[in-house]
Amino acid sequence: MKSLRLILWVPLIGLIFFLVFFLKGLNQPEERKIESALIGQPVPEFTLAPGMVGRPGLSSADLRRGQPRLINIFASWCIPCRQEAPQLEQLARMGVPIDGIAVRDRPEDLARFLQSYGDPFRAIGADVDRRVQLNLGSAGVPETFIVDGRGIIRHQHIGVITAADVPNIMAAYQEASR
Amino acid sequence: MRRLLLLLALFAATPALADSLLPAARWANVQLPDPAKERQAKALMETIRCLACQSESVADSQAEVAGDVRSMIRERVQAGESSDSIRAWLTSRYGDQISLQPPISGANAALYIVPILLLIGGIFLVRGRLRRRRKA
Repeated sequence: MKSLRLILWVPLIGLIFFLVFFLKGLNQPEERKIESALIGQPVPEFTLAPGMVGRPGLSSADLRRGQPRLINIFASWCIPCRQEAPQLEQLARMGVPIDGIAVRDRPEDLARFLQSYGDPFRAIGADVDRRVQLNLGSAGVPETFIVDGRGIIRHQHIGVITAADVPNIMAAYQEASR
Repeated sequence: MRRLLLLLALFAATPALADSLLPAARWANVQLPDPAKERQAKALMETIRCLACQSESVADSQAEVAGDVRSMIRERVQAGESSDSIRAWLTSRYGDQISLQPPISGANAALYIVPILLLIGGIFLVRGRLRRRRKA
């Protein structure tokens, strides 16, 4: 009889556990980072026209030329991209080759953006319809990929590169150089 | 006066939108001419997660990126690609989480199996109770 009494408490305890779990879930933000499923795989084939006059465009063939590269997915209309511009310049000064993919951008806006916030880009591809961004498994701007010399995606950084992220990015770049 | 000025300033303010200045993609908000293809595209869109507003499907979301995905889905359906093939392409880019109907595998298998087990358990419980009551 005694053991039966104890068993009667089990549903209540179960319910309390469930409610605690439920309340915790309510307070958790629903937004999660959606990572690319292509890390460790070759860059999908793409060709992008130049994003602005006097600058080369970008194609997947450019990413298999034996040298690792940093691919920054950005846009002039993206406010957080302004925030990461100094860090990109710093990485460029440290010798990291940086290519840009400008999402849904216009040449004149792009020129203004680069003039105001700095221009670390070797090439800028114009991803006017966002197809290349989707092809890379990238979910937003800014995002940054590190691609090794054979065109394999080695690292993805989602969101702004802050000053604190620079050593991490540099380490991933050196890892890709090996 | 000051309040009026502040109010007027609101009209001049531009919201910090996370959208570009380019128009929406060709097929973002336009139905396909063929109703059967549009139905197929719509059904698929309702099961693809929006990359910006993650609790919404691309069919529901007003985010620009959702429009771009809708446009791509409609184009591919128009070209005769199957829904499974388009879903597989998206999954190869973003993983299972892009689909609002994730396949049964590994950790999420419990989500599919537990309700069935609970239902079976409940049926047995009720059956036992009814029997006991009948005997009494």
